[in-house]
Amino acid sequence: MFLQVNTLSVRMQNEIIEVFNEVLANDAVQSAVLISSKPGCFIAGADINMIQACNTSEEVTKLSQEGQKMFERIEKSPKPIVAAINGSCLGGGLEFAIACQYRVATKSKKTVLGTPEVMLGLLPGAGGTQRLPKMVGIPGAFDMMLTGRNIKADKAKKMGLVHQLVDPLGPGLKSPEERTIEYLEEVAIQCARGIVHKKILLTKKKGMMQKVQDYVMGIAFVRQQIYKNVNGKVMKMSKGLYPAPLKIIESVKAGLEQGPDSGYLAEAQNFGKLAMTSESNALIGLYHGQVACKKNRFGVPERPVKNLAILGAGLMGAGIAQVTVDKGIHTVLKDTTVEGLSRGQQQVYKGLNDKIKKKAITSFERDSTLSSLTGQLDYSGFEKADMVIEAVFEDINIKHRVIKEVEAVIPPHCIFATNTSALPIKDIAAASMRPEKVIGMHYFSPVDKMQLLEIITTDKTSKDTTASAVAVGLKQGKVIIVVGDGPGFYTTRCLAPMLAEAVRVLQEGVNPKKLDALTTGFGFPVGAATLADEVGIDVAAHVAEDLGKAFGSRFGGGNVDVLKTMVERGFKGRKSGKGCYVYTPGLKSKDVNPDIDDLLEKFKLTPNPSVSSDSDVQYRLVSRFVNEAVMCLQEGILNGPVEGDIGAVFGLGFPPCLGGPFRFVDTFGADKLVAKMRRYEEVYGNHFTPCQLLLDHAKDSNKRFHK
Amino acid sequence: SQRMLKQTLFNLLKKTLAKPGVKNIVLVEGVRTPFLLSGTTYADLMPHDLARAALQGLLHKTSLPKDAVDYIIYGTVIQEVKTSNVAREASLGAGFSDKIPSHTVTMACISSNVAMTTGVGLITAGQCDTIVAGGVEFMSDVPIRHSRKMRKTMLALNRAKTLGQRLSLIGSIRMAHLTPELPAVAEFSTAETMGHSADRLAAAFGVTRLEQDEFALRSHTLAKQAQDAGLLSDVISFKVPGRDTVAKDNGIRPSSMEQLAKLKPAFIKPHGTVTAANSSFLTDGASAVLIMSEEKALAMGYKPKAYLRDFVFVSQDPKDQLLLGPAYGTPKVLARAGLTMDDIDVFEFHEAFAGQIMANLKALDSDWFAQTYMGRKVKVGAPAMEKFNLWGGSLSLGHPFGATGCRLVTTVAHRLLKEGGQYGLVAACAAGGQGHAMVIEAYPQ
Repeated sequence: MFLQVNTLSVRMQNEIIEVFNEVLANDAVQSAVLISSKPGCFIAGADINMIQACNTSEEVTKLSQEGQKMFERIEKSPKPIVAAINGSCLGGGLEFAIACQYRVATKSKKTVLGTPEVMLGLLPGAGGTQRLPKMVGIPGAFDMMLTGRNIKADKAKKMGLVHQLVDPLGPGLKSPEERTIEYLEEVAIQCARGIVHKKILLTKKKGMMQKVQDYVMGIAFVRQQIYKNVNGKVMKMSKGLYPAPLKIIESVKAGLEQGPDSGYLAEAQNFGKLAMTSESNALIGLYHGQVACKKNRFGVPERPVKNLAILGAGLMGAGIAQVTVDKGIHTVLKDTTVEGLSRGQQQVYKGLNDKIKKKAITSFERDSTLSSLTGQLDYSGFEKADMVIEAVFEDINIKHRVIKEVEAVIPPHCIFATNTSALPIKDIAAASMRPEKVIGMHYFSPVDKMQLLEIITTDKTSKDTTASAVAVGLKQGKVIIVVGDGPGFYTTRCLAPMLAEAVRVLQEGVNPKKLDALTTGFGFPVGAATLADEVGIDVAAHVAEDLGKAFGSRFGGGNVDVLKTMVERGFKGRKSGKGCYVYTPGLKSKDVNPDIDDLLEKFKLTPNPSVSSDSDVQYRLVSRFVNEAVMCLQEGILNGPVEGDIGAVFGLGFPPCLGGPFRFVDTFGADKLVAKMRRYEEVYGNHFTPCQLLLDHAKDSNKRFHK
Repeated sequence: SQRMLKQTLFNLLKKTLAKPGVKNIVLVEGVRTPFLLSGTTYADLMPHDLARAALQGLLHKTSLPKDAVDYIIYGTVIQEVKTSNVAREASLGAGFSDKIPSHTVTMACISSNVAMTTGVGLITAGQCDTIVAGGVEFMSDVPIRHSRKMRKTMLALNRAKTLGQRLSLIGSIRMAHLTPELPAVAEFSTAETMGHSADRLAAAFGVTRLEQDEFALRSHTLAKQAQDAGLLSDVISFKVPGRDTVAKDNGIRPSSMEQLAKLKPAFIKPHGTVTAANSSFLTDGASAVLIMSEEKALAMGYKPKAYLRDFVFVSQDPKDQLLLGPAYGTPKVLARAGLTMDDIDVFEFHEAFAGQIMANLKALDSDWFAQTYMGRKVKVGAPAMEKFNLWGGSLSLGHPFGATGCRLVTTVAHRLLKEGGQYGLVAACAAGGQGHAMVIEAYPQ
C-alpha cells in the first residue's frame, strides 16, 4: 500500500535501525542525511493505530521506551546525522529530527514543525519532553507541547529548532516539488560534510541574551515559579479535565530537576498512562472522525462549482464569502442595500487583512484574492452561477420570495443552497421549481473560525447536488456532516433542549455566571449563558418557539417568554451589547446584565433540591443534549455516531474531552445516564424521557456506538 | 543596375523579413554614455544630465537637424521625482526643438526596449517617421522618502490653520516617524529581492556556482577584448561638468576563477550561488537610438545600420519565473519571424545574473521545459556560445536598468556589420516576471 505520509511504525523503526547500523559500520560513511522522498511530508508522527492497538499502559510505555532508545542512539551517533525537513515534521517526526545533530528545513508553506500529541491527549513520548526544553528553552518548550501548535520553518529557525533554511524552488528542469527535495538534499549533504570537516560547529557561541537566559533558568526558584505558573494556566484553561498537559509539565520537571534518567522514565510512564485515559480515547476518536468528515462520501460532482453567488452580505453571508473567495472560486456577494453590502465587503477585506498581520499572506495576495469577489445589488451575472447560497433573514416568506427570484435568473444546473439554522429545508424547497437542486448548508458563526458545516438533504435532493455541496464545503476548509431534514436538523435540535434547560436553571435562581461556570466546568468551551448571547437571544427565542411547536412539550423546560421578554427589552445578546451579560466594546471581561434580575424574578421557579446540586444541574443540561442526539440517530437524521460526535463538538462545543455525545454515552455508560434521567423525569416529566435507542444501550452493556 | 542585381541575389540567398504592406523600420544610429559604476564620476549629476549627454551624442554623430525628429521617448526605472518625464527635460536640455513631444515609459529592465518599440509602433501606424528612443538610469542618487506617517503629518501641517493645530501636529511626531523609506529593491508582488529570486532560479535549473563564475569571467574577458579592440563604438565620450571626460565603461574587471571563488553568496546564505561578482552591478548610464522609416532615412541621406523586425513582450509568474523572459520570448519571436535558432548569427541577451543567463539557456535547451511550461512540442535549443554576447554584456559593461535595451539593439547592429551576419536576436528579462525579444536584420551594405 502506498501511503501519502510517513508515520513511525514498528516496521519503519526496524528499517531505521537497520540503516543506522549500516551507517555506523561502514567506514566509508562519515555522515548521513535523513530525508523523506514524499513531497510535503517529512514524518507526520507516530502511527496512532500502533498506540491504540495496545491494551495496557505497560505496553505503551514499552513502545515509548523503544522510541527513546532509538533516538538516544541517533543523538549519540559519532557520525553526524542531518535531518532534511520538507513538509510536516510532527510528533514523533519532530522528536526524530531533534535527536539528529543538525536540521535543515525548506521554507515551504507545507513545512511545519510541532508536537500535536497534546491534542490527542498524549505527550511527546520519544524524548520530546526531555530534548525540547534544552533546545528552545523551558517557556518555548512548554508553549509548543501544551498548545500543540504548528510552527512554520522561519519561526522554527528563530526559535533554534532548525539550523538552516532552504527556499522552495520554482520551475526548472524537473517539477518544482521534485527539484526542491533534491536541492534540500544537496544543501543537507553540504551541511553534513561541513560538520565532518569542522566548517560547521555544532556548539554555537552563546550570545549575551542566551547566557542571561541560561543563568536565569539555572536558578531552581525561577524554574519552580515557571512550573507553578504554567500549571496554573493549564488548570484555568482545562478546568483539570485534560490530564495530558499536566503530565507534560510533570515529565519536563522530572527531567530538569532529577536528571535525564528520571525524566525519560517519567515521560515513558506518563505516556503509557495517558494512552489509557478516556480523554485520549475521546480526542483520538475526534481526530479520526474529523479525517472521515473531510472526505466526500457522495463522490465527485458532475461539474465543479467555479462561480458561487451569496445572497445577503450579513455576518453569515460575508463569512461564507470570506472562506470561499480565497479558494479559487469566483464569488458574488449580493445584498439589497449599499450599506449592507459595504459592511459585508469590509468584513471580507478585514478577514484577509488580518491574515497579513499574522504573516499568513502578503498584501499582494490579499488584493489578488479580492479580485475574485464581486459585490452587487442586482442579479447580474447570476446566469453564470454554479451555486447560490442564500443567507437572508430567517423567515420562510422571505426565503420563498428569494428562491423564486433566484430561480428566474440562474442556469438549470445551478444549485440553490439555503443557510438556515432551523427552518426545514423541504418547507423552503416547497417554493422551488426544481427541488432536486435545493439543499441546506448550515454554517456556524463566525464562519471563518467555526470548522463545522452541517449539510441538510431532503428526500428530493439529488445525490449530485449533495456531492457538490460537500465539495464546496471541503474547499472552504470545513469539517462536514450530512444530515437528514427535520426541524432543527441535528445541531440546532440538540442545542434547543439544552438551552431550554438553561433558561429553566436561570429561572430557578442560578445566575448566568454560575451557569457558565457549571457548563465550562463540564468541559464546554463556552458557557451556556454566554453561548445564548453569542447565538443571539432573538435567534434562541425563535428556535425555541419553532422547535417547541414541532416537537411539543418534550422541548419545554424554561419559559420561552423569558427569552421573548429579553428581546422586547433589547437584550439580544452580544450583537446588541446586552443579553445575559453587558458587553462594553474593547473590554474582554463582562458583567451580568443587572436588568435581567427583575426579569428572572418575574419568571421565578422554585428549584427542587433533589435535582439541583451543581452536578445535577450539569447532567440535566447535558443529558437533554445527549438524549436528543441519540434520538437523531434513532430517527435517521444522523448517518452515524461519528458525524453526531463531530457535529456536536465542532459546531456546538460539546466537551472535546468527552469526544461527543455518543462517545460520552459509551464511556459514561448508557445505564448510568438513563438512571440519572429517570430521576429528573420524576421531577420534570417528559423533558427527560430517554429515547428508545438510549434505553436499548442501557439494557445491553455490549451495545456501543463506537467500536 | 549592378547594385540592384546584387540586392536581388542577396535576397535570393537569404530571405529578408520584410512583410508586404508593413513599413520597413531601420536603426540609423545608436549611442550611449560610458556605463559607470554608480557613485563614481557621474555621482553629482541628475538623470536628465546623462540622458542629455546621450541625446547630444546622437545629434553629434548623425548631424541630425534639431527639428527633424517627430517624437522622443525615454525609458527609466527609478524616477527622479523632479524630472518624472525625464524624456522632456533631457530633450529640451539637449537642444531639441521645444515643438517635439517627449514621453517617458517604464517596464523595469526592458524600459528602453519599450521606448524603441513604442517608436516602431508610431512609425508603423503612420503617425511619425523619425523617432529618438533611449533610456537612462541613475543609481548614484535615488529618491529616499520620509516615512508615510511623517509625510502625512507634513501634509497636514500644510493645511493647519492655527498655531495650535501646527504645534499639536509637530508634537505628534515620534522618533520612529523619522525613519526614512528607501526605494524597494524587492518585487512588490512577492517581496522577494531579485538576487534572491535569481539564486533560486539558478538552483531550480541546477546551475552550479562554478558555471556562474565561469560565465561571469567570460563576460568580463570578452568585454575587455572588445573595449581594447575599439569595438564598443556606440560609446561616446562625455565631459562631466566639474569632472574629467569619461570615454570608457569602468566596470569591466576580468579577474580569475580563484578570485571569483573567494566571494561569499550575496543573497541566500550560506549555501547560495549568486555573488556580487556573478551579478550585474548598480550602474549609471544613458543610451539613445535614432529610428526611422526606411524611406525617410534614405530620403535624408542616411545609411541605416539594421532593420528592426518582429518583437514580442512576454510575462510570467513574478515569483518563480521572474527572470525567465528570454526563455519565453526567444521561441515566440523566432516563430513570428519564421526563423530557427540556427538562422540567428548574433545573440545579445541581457545578463542580469550569470545564474539567470545559464538558467535561461538551460530552459531553452530543455524539451521538458518547452512541453511543460511553454506548450511547445520541442525545445528551440540554446544559442551557440560562439555567437553569444561576444562583446561582453550587462555583467561586465554594466546595467543601467532603463538604458540597457538600446545598448543591446545597437550592439547587435554593430556586430552584424562587423561579423557579416544576417539576423540578430535581442532578449531580456525584467522585474515583474516580464521579458522581451526582438529580431534584427542586417541592412544590406
